[in-house]
Amino acid sequence: MGETLAEKILSLKSQNKARAGDIVICEVDLAFVQDTTGPLTVRQFKGSGFQALAKPTQTIIFLDHAAPSPSRQLSNDHMFLRSFAQETGSAIYEVGEGICHQLVAEHFANPGDVIVGSDSHTVTSGALGAFATGMGSSDVAVALALGKTWFRVPESFLIDLDGAFPRGVYAKDLILYLIGRIGADGANYKALEFGGEALAGMSMSQRLTVANMAVEAGAKVGLFPADKITEDFLMQHGRGDSYKSIYPDPEANYEQVIPVSLDRLEPMLSLPHTVDNVRPVTGVKGIKIQQAFVGTCTNGRLEDLAVAAQILKGNKRHPDTRLLVAPASRQVLSEATEKGYVSSLLEAGATILPPGCAACLGLHQGIPGDGEVCISTANRNFKGRMGNPEAMVYLASPATAAASAIRGEITDPRELM
Amino acid sequence: MSDSVLKGKAIKLGDNISTDDIIPGRFAHLRSNLPELAKHVLEDTVPGFYLRVEPGDFLVAGQNIGLGSSREHAPLVIKMSGVGAILAKSVARIFFRNAVNQGLPILLCDTDKIGDGDELEISLTGGTIVNLTSGATLNSGKMPPIMSAILKEGGLIQYIQKHKNFNL
Repeated sequence: MGETLAEKILSLKSQNKARAGDIVICEVDLAFVQDTTGPLTVRQFKGSGFQALAKPTQTIIFLDHAAPSPSRQLSNDHMFLRSFAQETGSAIYEVGEGICHQLVAEHFANPGDVIVGSDSHTVTSGALGAFATGMGSSDVAVALALGKTWFRVPESFLIDLDGAFPRGVYAKDLILYLIGRIGADGANYKALEFGGEALAGMSMSQRLTVANMAVEAGAKVGLFPADKITEDFLMQHGRGDSYKSIYPDPEANYEQVIPVSLDRLEPMLSLPHTVDNVRPVTGVKGIKIQQAFVGTCTNGRLEDLAVAAQILKGNKRHPDTRLLVAPASRQVLSEATEKGYVSSLLEAGATILPPGCAACLGLHQGIPGDGEVCISTANRNFKGRMGNPEAMVYLASPATAAASAIRGEITDPRELM
Repeated sequence: MSDSVLKGKAIKLGDNISTDDIIPGRFAHLRSNLPELAKHVLEDTVPGFYLRVEPGDFLVAGQNIGLGSSREHAPLVIKMSGVGAILAKSVARIFFRNAVNQGLPILLCDTDKIGDGDELEISLTGGTIVNLTSGATLNSGKMPPIMSAILKEGGLIQYIQKHKNFNL
């Protein structure tokens, strides 16, 4: 019997025949923490009696969620993490470098790797063919110490994609559509594996957006095969020699096969307060918004900023709508500046936030007021997510967010293209 | 965990209680001050929860409790509030593992058969839940042996201190 992508990677890394349902112990190629879950990870690590990291060069600390820190307490947490990095020799990415998942994709994740991070959106690197998954602080602490962890090998759903995105429709619309279709627990404990002829036309940026939100359907991983597009991405990021082709076997066993034709998709929205509350934009447009936020590990990449800049170029944000843009990394900001996207955004009235998680999780940099509506390119709209349980958050693509910022109300981006 | 039989009363919650409902991101500055953080457990969803919960109470939820963030602070503050176990129809993946890693028992069962305030008796070893108020007996599914072993030691850190490694 053939192997799914999940079984293939976990077989290699556990040196066992890993079959769906098995419990395996796997080598961990990369383990990382961020600044809001890292302090507990460090305390659990020390509490276990460990002093040394199993793989210091494959351990990374990212200061991205509170960046720059809005409070004394979080500044002290940053200090705590910096001293841990110094004591143990782990790498550290400072405030302003960008979001952990973007930096892992840019600098570390390789096809066939097992990656664990103390952040649920660690699944993002599945776009590169890595078995990347989010865990809690205790699990990551033990992975830091032992260089391995245990997994239940997930059953896989094959999401079989054909066609191409129509004008005004993007990877974000695809993943919102899929989550709406299968539900917030539709893939709980499962692997979402993406395949089909449409992959040849899906950029790494689009794949990262899709893989990032696999966890919003409950999935353990969102996996793409590693192909020519993966190889090109790795070469552009100076690690072409880390490329290896990884595909599922043709006779692999899937719990479900879900065909999706990209041609038939339209701009989608996730309505408050659950990610699976998904509707086409056409049925929702007209709702007034006070804030539009473009950024995050879901949609803060160069391609996303390019789409937003193109729509906003020569336009102004609506006077009643604040427009916040946070590039996902320093490299994204730098390239977006070079290409003129930042100028277009600034001229349209955008506030450019530092590379990092920014307004996504309610710590700083754009907490909506009571009763306010925010359209966001992030991945979560739970009540209270952006820092105010009295606010409403709608999730959308960068195109929909940009078009909505111009009109001051939820807008189908195709009307402005 | 020394007691394999737990007794307490049910506090009912709905479906899809997210980690932002349990402990929102806006309290991230309190994560290195756990006793202060714990005072905010579930405050947006069940106002006054922290003051109302009594040691040994059970949190009884519907579908998909714990969806969202990987923050282990979510099960940790639930445990710190005195909750003895979580019962739910289904549990989000990361939260399930985090609860067990914190030594907080989490059982899957048909929670429609439990009302708010019902008195429950739970046998962790047998996986049975007796609703002393209604007389009904519920069964929970078994968790993988590695998780039972972690729970038995009182959490992952205690398990690793003792075994130094994962024993399958």
